[in-house]
Amino acid sequence: MGWFLRTFNYSIGKKLLMAITGLFLILFLCIHLFGNTFLYFGRDAFNNYVHILNETDLVYIIRVIEIILVIGFALHIWDGLRLWLQNRKARPNKYYIKAVDPQSTWTSRNMIYSALIIFVFLVIHLRNFWYEFKYGSIKETGATDYDIVVKTFQEPIYMIFYLISMVFLFLHLHHGFQSAFQTLGLNHKKYTPFIVWLGRTIAFILAAGFASFPIYFFFFYGGN
Amino acid sequence: MSSKKLNLTLKVWRQAGPDAKGEFKTYYAKNISTDASFLEMLDIVNEELEAKGEEPIVYEHDCREGICGTCGMVINGRPHGPLQGITTCQLHMRHFKDGDVIYIEPFRAKAFPVIKDLVVDRSAFDKIIQAGGFISVNTGSAPEANSIPVKRENAELAMDAAACIGCGACVAACPNASAMLFVSAKVSQFALLPQGLPEREIRVQKMVAKMDELGFGNCSNIGACEAECPKEIKITNIARLNREFYRARFLSNVED
Repeated sequence: MGWFLRTFNYSIGKKLLMAITGLFLILFLCIHLFGNTFLYFGRDAFNNYVHILNETDLVYIIRVIEIILVIGFALHIWDGLRLWLQNRKARPNKYYIKAVDPQSTWTSRNMIYSALIIFVFLVIHLRNFWYEFKYGSIKETGATDYDIVVKTFQEPIYMIFYLISMVFLFLHLHHGFQSAFQTLGLNHKKYTPFIVWLGRTIAFILAAGFASFPIYFFFFYGGN
Repeated sequence: MSSKKLNLTLKVWRQAGPDAKGEFKTYYAKNISTDASFLEMLDIVNEELEAKGEEPIVYEHDCREGICGTCGMVINGRPHGPLQGITTCQLHMRHFKDGDVIYIEPFRAKAFPVIKDLVVDRSAFDKIIQAGGFISVNTGSAPEANSIPVKRENAELAMDAAACIGCGACVAACPNASAMLFVSAKVSQFALLPQGLPEREIRVQKMVAKMDELGFGNCSNIGACEAECPKEIKITNIARLNREFYRARFLSNVED
């Protein structure tokens, strides 16, 4: 095992960890978005979906996946911070004149900032939904999971914060998806243009898909 | 095309030594021909400074035809200046306008400490090469060139990678001061040719380890290096470096 763990102390190993955890988290987001679409089918459909995940035998698999997910997030965040700190140290004296080359993207140069906003979002998101679903006192009043979602999305500040966060999720994945493939060494004249396109499309679908829920419940939801 | 004369304001980074505090100083370059190269413009300014008894601006140069990799400075925030695919010595004053203010700074990276003014110590690159950027062969008379067949595609790709002149613009351009483009070019030129295969697995591990040790940053696939490289080395080389690294770490018995 020594050789395996040592691999992740090389800069390329660190990047490999970043790429694998990043792609795993994108896969999670795809499944998460699919699950959320039950919101569009009404209270019973969504509550039933949450029920199946948490209160049937499926729960054992879900718990394992949750643990892997937490590890995935933790590694991605820890590794990202480690890389960012090292990269800052690699240029102690900054340039006085900053000019940007004509090729590189804004998203690629500002991953840490989009990451930071997504992290703040993640914390608030877990507090508002994961925590409320599990331990929220509102449940004692008879409110269902669906009601918690609707109520949260109808708060203007949260709705706006959610939409802004989704913009940054898009920006993060805009670079992240194709960057992961480059890190994995998968850069090929025939496939890379498709990978770049696919990454940006997935980034858009995920961000727009998640953003559609607060927009729907804030602007168009008529109750029940 | 007739040449014109330019009057320019230069803001040049002056730093007396590695540990001295540097600052921008203002100089005026008067009556500079648009036919002059950027370095010739600096020479003219330096001659005036010397005539006045002032310390000339210290910068590196050698071949002045874009093949040695010695020159290199950051001009208005861009390594080797505003054009793509050329070194500083190949930059000509016709790309500037009369009255322009030009900021000139050294390459900035922890692994490239400033020696004086615009001169940085790039011996970190030599150390990376010493760590593995070579092949072990018996010296003597040159072997027959075609005794080992090489497919044309690989020969072309290896040649493209070998075009790297080690100027350090990739490090200077990278927001992370990463040397990955340089290392990827040096690893690629050997990985693509049969002569490089005996030391293939150890080379990539040694060179990457040395690169990390010397304080270069990590690649985040931004592509600024590719944009500023005077030899237009492609980041597909970095993908190849990654593949070589995984191959050595996960599929071979060779460990650094």
